[in-house]
Order: sequence, then C-alpha cells, then structure tokens
Amino acid sequence: MKLLYFAWVRERIGKPDEEVDVPASVRTVGDLVAWLQGRGEEYAYAFENAAVIRAAIDRNHVKPDTAIAGAREIAFFPPMTGG
Amino acid sequence: MTVRLQREDFDIGAEIARLSQGRTDVGAVASFTGICRGGDIAAMTLEHYPGMAEAEIERHVAEAETRWPLLGVTVIHRYGRLVPGDNIVLVATASQHREAAFAAAEFLMDYLKTRAPFWKKEERAGGDGWVEARQSDAAAAERWSGRRPEAAE
Repeated sequence: MKLLYFAWVRERIGKPDEEVDVPASVRTVGDLVAWLQGRGEEYAYAFENAAVIRAAIDRNHVKPDTAIAGAREIAFFPPMTGG
Repeated sequence: MTVRLQREDFDIGAEIARLSQGRTDVGAVASFTGICRGGDIAAMTLEHYPGMAEAEIERHVAEAETRWPLLGVTVIHRYGRLVPGDNIVLVATASQHREAAFAAAEFLMDYLKTRAPFWKKEERAGGDGWVEARQSDAAAAERWSGRRPEAAE
C-alpha cells in the first residue's frame, strides 16, 4: 500500500510518500504506527508522540483502531492548521 | 457548491456576487475571509493533502446543506507561500435568511480549521516553524458535534 506523510511528519521521515509491504500481523492503523516506529530512527522520531499523529485511509479521517485491510492509501500527519 | 483549492489569489467581491447573480430567491449572503496576519511572521507556507482536502471540504459543505436551507456555498482555500495581507480562505454562504447563512459559514470555518488537511509553516526571524493546532479551534468545532453525533472524533 501507499503511505503518505505531511508537514513535520514528512520532514522527519524525509520523504513525502512510499510504497510498503506490510506484514499480515499489522491489522490496524495503530499497529501500522508501531511497525513504522521500528523501521529506523527517522520513523521513531516522526512517531515519537504517536498520540498526536492523525491518520487517513483513502482520504477519510480514521482512528488508531481502524482496520487497514483493503486500504490503498494511508496518510499520517499532525493536527491540521488550515483555515 | 463550489470548492476550489488554488495557489493564486481570489476576487472576494466577484465570488460573493456570484452567489446571488441571476436569481431572486437569495435574501442573504454571509462571507468569511481568512487573511495572512503580519506581526512577527515574514511569510507562511500552506501545505495540503491534494484530493483529501477537496473531499473533506465537500463533505462538510454537504453536511452544512443538510443542516441549513442553503442556496449556494463557495469555499476557496489557497496553498503555497503567502505573505502578510494575502487572502488565505474564503467561505461564502447564501440562503433566504441571514440565520442560516451566518451559521453555515461559521460551521464551515470551524470544521475547516480542525478537519481539512492543511498545515501552516511560518517563516519567522528566529527560524521556520509549523503552527501548532489550537485547543480553542478544536473546541469551536466540537460545539457543533452535539447536533451531529456521527461527527464526533
């Protein structure tokens, strides 16, 4: 699936998006965050305070307990500051 | 419904006029313009999530249309680098009466602030920094959710 990162999550990870193959044991958005945290120090830094990170699956806001099965695109970003 | 994301500026007067042009059923148009504020920032850059930003705004406009008898809605949000004095966002709502137009414009702005995927990075003398989300904005959006249970998140 495709992962997208925005704002300081993007800056900390050092890329705007990537394609990943996620292990079957990763079932929810929260599982995915935990898995990403283990991929390297840039990911650990981006997700060091996972509680503040927001996520969207296929362009809809989701919570950490949302299942990721069938997702094409999952985005991670800080709280929004538009308007 | 008109929802546009764009780099370039918009013409506030033309956008407001368009909501009542050529029709006689509109009795009220309310508008809000968000402007890049000066002071200690030299500029700001607005990042957005293309695709989701439009979809999220359209969802909220559709929600506003179920809550109030609206005759037209325009939302324009800019992205890219903006300097103090630049327009950032326009929300304009048309209805038969002012109550619906005012309320819907406020509802849309409150949700834009907290749910639309935009992020502001400010250029300051001491360096650049991402704007932090304000609790008061979250609280402003939250007050609408009592009348819309599925919106709570």
